[in-house]
Amino acid sequence: MSGVAFDTCDVLVVGAGPAGMAAAVAAAPSGASVVVIDDNPAPGGQIWRDGPGASLPPVARQWREALARHANIRVRSGTRVVAAPASHELLLEDADGAMRMRWTKLILCTGARELLLPFPGWTLPGVTGAGGLQALIKAGLPVEGERIVIAGSGPLLLAAAATAIAAGAQVLRIAEQASFASVAAFGASLVRWPGKALQALTLADARYRTASRVLSAQGTAQVESVRLRQGDREVEMACDRIACGFGLTPNTQLGQLLGCALAGQAITVDALQATSVAGIYAAGECTGFGGSERALVQGTIAGHAAVGEVAKARTHDRERARWNAFAAQLHRRFALADDLSALPRPDTLVCRCEDVPFSALSACTGWTDAKLHRRCGMGACQGRVCGDAAQFLFGWTPPAPRPPLVPVRIETLAGLATPGDARQ
Amino acid sequence: MSDQTQLHIDGQLVRVKAGSSVAAALRVVDGKGAARTSVTGQPRAPFCGMGVCQECRVQIDGRRRLACQTVCAEGMRVETTA
Repeated sequence: MSGVAFDTCDVLVVGAGPAGMAAAVAAAPSGASVVVIDDNPAPGGQIWRDGPGASLPPVARQWREALARHANIRVRSGTRVVAAPASHELLLEDADGAMRMRWTKLILCTGARELLLPFPGWTLPGVTGAGGLQALIKAGLPVEGERIVIAGSGPLLLAAAATAIAAGAQVLRIAEQASFASVAAFGASLVRWPGKALQALTLADARYRTASRVLSAQGTAQVESVRLRQGDREVEMACDRIACGFGLTPNTQLGQLLGCALAGQAITVDALQATSVAGIYAAGECTGFGGSERALVQGTIAGHAAVGEVAKARTHDRERARWNAFAAQLHRRFALADDLSALPRPDTLVCRCEDVPFSALSACTGWTDAKLHRRCGMGACQGRVCGDAAQFLFGWTPPAPRPPLVPVRIETLAGLATPGDARQ
Repeated sequence: MSDQTQLHIDGQLVRVKAGSSVAAALRVVDGKGAARTSVTGQPRAPFCGMGVCQECRVQIDGRRRLACQTVCAEGMRVETTA
């Protein structure tokens, strides 16, 4: 006996962020059995992460209530996707055990991760992602009285700063890599999305600087100071924590494993949010980042489409176009400057799992060479951090995913070899 | 339900707000909350905060789990040195 449980559903939604919640809620009135799986302890995704340090916006509560209202939606939090052991099946793992879930339609709402770029000192305890800091604070990380510097790119820096300040931290600087002209143009464009303009005003902060870079983090056992370049001058500030995020990268591993085509770094979808694989849909940040409003409308369309309600799905076309245009503004105005690839020094680690320095990679011919000869990307994160970094630094194509998608227990792997199953 | 949870981190009794993640609890015991030692012996702490980087992996009640995606439970035993 493998000890792996079996279950089935009509619609399986992977990810319980805005896209996944909207997809499940749109599919539910059809009467289909809907299962939503998510690796976090509670639904909401990264943007609506709950916890002792979080204050959920009313819209997040409404979506959570909508999810709970439908008896035919089952939410399985704390559950990861491990592999696709057979057609229309996913192998899942939670804290208690493993399960094979059979689905008729699959909706990928796997979100995005932060692009984390290496700079000297980035492995010191006290350095986190910008969204990472926000997530940790919401999950109860005490930061009261800490001096924090936030750097990188995009509106998430301001959101992270607001969360840190609300938790009692002293934010010393918010360093945005984009130019003043670019950020100003983004601000001006918000007239087309009044809700976003209002949000921008509430997040405005006097410590915000454009055309700024993190240069290095200093410290022995943990962060003690940060060096920044602001325009053409360098400053060093004593601080307790540094949070750096350079935008978002779509989580496409599961989509790629299932054979879904990508365009650039995102999963390709058509007007009904269908991927290139029959029966599989995708919505939200895994189709390219663009915020929660875009994720909600894409999820709604995918949910309707997955249960065959094409006419209902099409009523949301205009709203999706409006938020796709917002996403395009984000991508254009916060495009990363090329000189960020000059941040690592020869001894700066690029692969944090296997401690591979920049100098060991600069002579490699590509990702496979780096992996085979330098062990870059061979560690526990399986190249999710260094693969994205290497793509930015060297232009290498990111690693192709292989099962298991995440480190798992040996008992779970037994689920890949159930007797009688001849596929894969 | 109590608004606090008590758990053990490397044998030390720690009290945190109920619902806190283990990653948050690590910070209460030790400086910036180091979770593991890298392959060349450097201290590492929760980094991505969302289950991607694997820097916060620890032993929780004998099983390797991610501190950032595990909610503290009463009496939980967390080992960072395993």
